[in-house]
Amino acid sequence: MIGRAVPRVEDERLLRGQGRYLDDLHLEGAVEAAFLRSAHAHARVVSLDATAALAHPGVLAVIDGVAAAARLEPLVFDIARIVPETVQRATNPMVRVHPMPVLALDRVTYVGQPLAMIVARDRYVAEDAMELIEVEFEILPAVVDAEAALEPDAALVEPAWGDNLAISFAFTRGDVEAALAACDVVVEERFRSHRQSASPIETRGVVASLDPQDGTLLVWSSTQVPHMLRDLLARALRRDPDSIRVRAPDVGGAFGLKHSSYPEDVLVPLAALELGCPVKWVEDRAEHLAASTHGRDQVHHITIGASRAGRILAVRDHVVMNAGAFNILGLVVPYNSFTHLLGPYDVDALDVDVRVAVTNTGIVAPYRGAGRPEAVFAMERAVDCLARRLEIDPVELRARNLIAPEAMPYDTGIVYRDGNQQIYDSGDYPQLLRSARELVHAERFAGRRDERTRVGVGFAMYTEGTGVGPFESARVRVDATGRVTVYTGASSQGQGHRTTLAQIAAETLDVAIESIEVVGGDSAAVTHGFGTLASRTLVVAGNAVAEAAIVVREQLLDVASAMLDTPPEELELNEGMIRVRGRRDVTLTLGDVAAFLSPFNPQRPPGAPAQLEAGSVYRPGPVTWAAGVHAAVVAVDVTTGALELLRFVIAHDCGRVVNPAIADGQIMGGVMQGIGGALYEKIVYDEVGQLLTGSFMDYTLPTAAEAPEFAVTHVDVPSPLNALGVKGLGEGGAIGPAAAIANAVEDALADLGVIVREGPLTPARIHALIHGRAT
Amino acid sequence: MSETGERRTVRICVNGTDMLAEAEPRLLLSDFLRHTLSLTGTHVGCEHGVCGACTVLLDGEPVRSCLMFAVQADGGELTTVEGLADPHGELHAVQQAFHELHGMQCGFCTPGFLLSLVATLRSNPEPSDDELLDSLSGNLCRCTGYANIIAAARLAQERMR
Amino acid sequence: MKPARFAYHAPETLAETLDLLADADRDVRVLAGGQSLVPMMNFRLAVPEALVDIGRVAELRVLRVEDGGELRVGAGTRQAELLRDGRVAAGWPLLAEGVRHVGHPQIRSRGTVCGSLAHNDPTAELPALALALGARLTVAGSAGRRELDAEAFFVSYYEVALEPGEMLVSAAFPAPRPGSGWSFQELARRRGDFALIGAVCVLRAGDDGRIGSARLVIFGAGGRPLRVDAAEQALLGTVGDRVTAAEVARLVADTVQPLSDIHASAEYRRALAGELAARCVLEAWERCAR
Repeated sequence: MIGRAVPRVEDERLLRGQGRYLDDLHLEGAVEAAFLRSAHAHARVVSLDATAALAHPGVLAVIDGVAAAARLEPLVFDIARIVPETVQRATNPMVRVHPMPVLALDRVTYVGQPLAMIVARDRYVAEDAMELIEVEFEILPAVVDAEAALEPDAALVEPAWGDNLAISFAFTRGDVEAALAACDVVVEERFRSHRQSASPIETRGVVASLDPQDGTLLVWSSTQVPHMLRDLLARALRRDPDSIRVRAPDVGGAFGLKHSSYPEDVLVPLAALELGCPVKWVEDRAEHLAASTHGRDQVHHITIGASRAGRILAVRDHVVMNAGAFNILGLVVPYNSFTHLLGPYDVDALDVDVRVAVTNTGIVAPYRGAGRPEAVFAMERAVDCLARRLEIDPVELRARNLIAPEAMPYDTGIVYRDGNQQIYDSGDYPQLLRSARELVHAERFAGRRDERTRVGVGFAMYTEGTGVGPFESARVRVDATGRVTVYTGASSQGQGHRTTLAQIAAETLDVAIESIEVVGGDSAAVTHGFGTLASRTLVVAGNAVAEAAIVVREQLLDVASAMLDTPPEELELNEGMIRVRGRRDVTLTLGDVAAFLSPFNPQRPPGAPAQLEAGSVYRPGPVTWAAGVHAAVVAVDVTTGALELLRFVIAHDCGRVVNPAIADGQIMGGVMQGIGGALYEKIVYDEVGQLLTGSFMDYTLPTAAEAPEFAVTHVDVPSPLNALGVKGLGEGGAIGPAAAIANAVEDALADLGVIVREGPLTPARIHALIHGRAT
Repeated sequence: MSETGERRTVRICVNGTDMLAEAEPRLLLSDFLRHTLSLTGTHVGCEHGVCGACTVLLDGEPVRSCLMFAVQADGGELTTVEGLADPHGELHAVQQAFHELHGMQCGFCTPGFLLSLVATLRSNPEPSDDELLDSLSGNLCRCTGYANIIAAARLAQERMR
Repeated sequence: MKPARFAYHAPETLAETLDLLADADRDVRVLAGGQSLVPMMNFRLAVPEALVDIGRVAELRVLRVEDGGELRVGAGTRQAELLRDGRVAAGWPLLAEGVRHVGHPQIRSRGTVCGSLAHNDPTAELPALALALGARLTVAGSAGRRELDAEAFFVSYYEVALEPGEMLVSAAFPAPRPGSGWSFQELARRRGDFALIGAVCVLRAGDDGRIGSARLVIFGAGGRPLRVDAAEQALLGTVGDRVTAAEVARLVADTVQPLSDIHASAEYRRALAGELAARCVLEAWERCAR
């Protein structure tokens, strides 16, 4: 079962339009919420008068910042507070805990920040009422750029802080100064990864109601982390976690954006509790682009030095990241940028310092890659610049610096976010590079060259820590009909977990995949769960499922053994049937065995459990390392700056592949988001913090017409760190494209001396670079 | 003269079934389908006519239901994703192709793509690459990277011959 | 993003329509395709008090070739209908080519030709096509009808020469003239987007085999499509070769005064306008020669 491109079990109902996404949920008597949001980046809220809104027909309630503050503490997320001791010792981080009020009270600090919640008969009426709320603002100076925010005279986002520095940490190994001085060539550059929005096609949403029978608070949220949200709600609403059930319905994409918990996640349940009826809130796209979390927004001031032979001897990187108006997740993203900077390269001297600033812009949080694409953009761009200076082919230069497969496991000498030593467990980086290069087939595009069209090829390499802890849980049960149910804390937003996790269970239990149902995304299905994020589900949930399935298999054979009066070692389990080895006559189905355990059965083994069921909690050790090489072939029209992405090659190591079609789907999907960021997408604020890209007219996602031809090849080295041998693959595709495409553009325009320092590489930008109007 | 917001009767034939319901003029066709008629297969992604998740067929033509008011569809014939499979429940060639070639992940954009493709292949059974991309470029997908969607379109085209 | 309340009317005759539009006490707007109006209403950037849906006015659904050979397109005619019509493809290929660049099939199945003209988005294709083709626009109000040249109709950003209570009822595109060549060039961020810059060109050769008449329109570089007189003059009497094209590029770049926005700088638009104009001229002349 594992390794087969099984068509997805998820598809049928979704194809028929029978999906149940958040807004599809219809609860009897439900009312709808809308949120009044700040139109200013930084302002004092002088007054807020909702009298007229409350009087509007069809309006049930208006909750403002004052009312919210009386009921709810500002939100603080655990993950921001927890720093492992080893990380503390190695990098000495300063992380400011930054509580976020659920509704702005006396000050707003970013455009889109919620100011008031209106609950009405339906969304149309709620928006009518919203227009009647009168707010008086006193505009305050806003700071938008992270580097500017760190200047001594910058306007303050949080006056009480005295500055805008939310996080800082640093790491040094070796003597970078001395190493650089000894280098034959030193490249020093500034690279910016611009701000982007994950923009899943389904926006966020929450539905909450109180079960009248048992008082359970029932919450549906388009979230990646039902258990985390349940625990957050328990604290915020001061309820027993067991009295709250959080479920993720079908989720239309998430990409890290739905991993954060937001004010609306708490306010909508609060409204349901106070009003005594179900409340639904569905985010619209305008809200989404302003108030759902953004990604990227980092500047790297990077210096790399090498010998004439092309050995990179030292890397120094000063990183400045923009957290937006609230530092909600602490080290999660910026620390990833640090740990993924050197990627597959063997470099002795390293000096990294990272500073994260708050500004009057949208909150920045993980977006597919979560800090890795930004680091890779800086490093891979710098490597290409180095190659140009050394006059060594960029692929050859990379090859000379790769950690060899024989060196695995390779201790990078730094500490990963989870506190473990960062050790590359497996991977064949040279082969990845060779495989990618072989697939580029640039000669096929030679015919595109003419007097105004240049063709270029660019590469980018990366490593990716996947399968981070702390844990995931699973429960596997076989019922009397032979149905296998797999419960897990993992949640799905398109990754095909219902298929891949079923394949994993089917591998051990040797049953048809159609007889397995995977239930995730429900805080009541398993008592503890972590959720789907950070490329971890196959590794952590997958292994939890495998372990539980193994225990169930043992139970099956034990009970069958009692039923057949034959030792378990003489039994075999095949295609859903248990047989005595060597005998054809006696067979039992899984259902037969499960039924045998029925309490009604007088023959049932004394003391046996009532069900064939096993639970497991899988706590991974250190993360397991995936890797990839991306290569882009571009054609650039030098007269218009227009770029055509001709071909995109991916050589990928995701360890053991569970479902090749799903794996490649994840890779291509991630790559397309990377392409979007590289060429089409940018979240733009003006100098006073006004969001200029507030709709899909201005925040332009790529369409099918912008997709290149893809070529995917695998150089999969099974992970030695888990029994399944799998590595995570949700994010990898998004890590390399920005760098690969920028490198390709520079290659195409090599004779024009163009250096790409930031994207997106729109026609206007490329034209400006060619004509010296941009830096 | 109509009073502002006064509800009107909307008669439409949806997936072959005549339906009748009331709608205030400003009720978007997308909301009418999803909440008045409880046909939630058509999705809403942007409400300003860019993402295409709300695509349905009106009198055979692909339209963005978020850019129409339900009252404008009075007297029309609508096809939504719920009406693509045949009366025996067998999937339409386009649906089947999406399944076989892994043309969907989260599935949220999928109904819109299916309807757009059905409209295209009905009116132009042998689209060129350019024509096919033109017809697909009105629907956004964030999960798949499009390659499998394009392949599924070609497979559906072959089977619909 | 839900629209505000409005009164809705669905008249069946033009007379009824104009009566409704004549109401001076309410902000009344025409609802044709809705592809530009409804997004603005969903954002509540447009809050008309009443909408007059012309979708049931049969007399506005006109797409015919008049006796004089011009193509008359009524206010109810959809962009997709234009594209499907063999007469348009044969007689007005420039119009067909330009409309193919408008949005996506789902936009074109509802969007109307006249609606796009009356909306006058500075980066839209149809106003530029109307200007390049010398369209005549028929406007009607309760006071009566009048006809204007495209040049007079397009005023500035989203502004056309319609008095209160008036609507654009049809556009007439002149009969095709033998021996003319055309070209449509546009650069957009993505397929189907509004243009960063576009150029439309119609050339006709004189008996001497040189350019006898020229129309060159740039759009996306200002509040309305622009005929670049200096470039048109420079084309007369020449053959559309690279030297001429380069001169046209220079003149166009010098003439247009685009603004900068988040998608492109003014300098880029200026340079692009010149480049696309040059390509336009070369392609139009090549078509002339055939």
